[in-house]
Amino acid sequence: MLRDHRMSPVSVASSRIVYDALKASGVRLVSALPETWLVHLIRMAEEDPEMILVRLAKEEEGVGISAGAHLAGVKSAMLMQNHGLLASINGIVSCAQLYRIPLLMLISYRGEFGERDPWQTEGGGVTEDLLRALRIPFSYLDNVGHVAARIAKAQTLSLSANKPVALLLCRDLMWEEN
Amino acid sequence: MLRIDALRAVYDRLEHLVVVTIMGAVAAELQSLGHRPNFFYLQHAMGLASSMGLGIALTKPDTQVVVFDGDGSVLMNLGGLTTLARYRPKNLVHVVFDNESLLSVGGFPTATSTGSDLAAIAAAAGIPRTGAVRTIAEFTKAFDEALSAGALTTLVAKVDAVGPAQFVTDLSLLENRFQFQRYLKST
Repeated sequence: MLRDHRMSPVSVASSRIVYDALKASGVRLVSALPETWLVHLIRMAEEDPEMILVRLAKEEEGVGISAGAHLAGVKSAMLMQNHGLLASINGIVSCAQLYRIPLLMLISYRGEFGERDPWQTEGGGVTEDLLRALRIPFSYLDNVGHVAARIAKAQTLSLSANKPVALLLCRDLMWEEN
Repeated sequence: MLRIDALRAVYDRLEHLVVVTIMGAVAAELQSLGHRPNFFYLQHAMGLASSMGLGIALTKPDTQVVVFDGDGSVLMNLGGLTTLARYRPKNLVHVVFDNESLLSVGGFPTATSTGSDLAAIAAAAGIPRTGAVRTIAEFTKAFDEALSAGALTTLVAKVDAVGPAQFVTDLSLLENRFQFQRYLKST
């Protein structure tokens, strides 16, 4: 069956809860590279006059932008797909980790159970091992009930440790069909 | 033109600006002229100095930011030029020292040595003000014009592929980072 992408099953309600939690945790700059699951979050950032949205050509740029924002006293978040994490590793290690820069990364966790797109399946299989190898603390956003608390706590750890942290945006939260 | 002479020619302008540099010769040479708390040297993460400059410029719109970049670094993040152009902060001057070489790792020629034109690439990316200069007089004039223009500028300065004998200085990376953050907080 063909899917009609104009009727996206990406959850607006969950995206709103994630976005409001980012705002509540003090985030005022969001860098993003569009991907299906992030469309509503990016639109919310775009429509919010209190938010600086930086649309990227490649996700690694976001590490530098967030580093600059942090040093300038502004909290930020990066929105990207897990393949964006793969594309950002040098920046994460040799900018954010080398210089002890807090980085709040919201990563859409493509390729886990339920993934239909064959091209997404390889990245899903390495995402968690990669985060562990990089010693990046991470947790899952897979239920609306804990989104706000986990984002707040991730932000707290990132700032107290001066290190990158990751939250995996999971299918059960972001996608409204089974 | 020697890069250190170009840096020396504009050094006094940098006293109250926020400066971000790339690693290697640019960082070592600027430090050799005298470190200041408003100078940050990104000693790795090639390509991201301009992204850092963008992050600072967007979040501190009333602060003038200068990035001292290099051809090797820009070539690693050509897409970043399109992001700079997209947001075109008026308070950012992006200088690219182009020595056509990856000097600090042995001087291997970059693509600017075979004809790739970074000023033209920057212009085609949509950066409102771009130019290339080859002498100290041209560089100083173009740098001053960029500071007063009130528009995002990418200035390519063609320089000789020579640099300092060594790149490690006695300023620790984290000392630099926290001092720079404290400076930004005070502005």
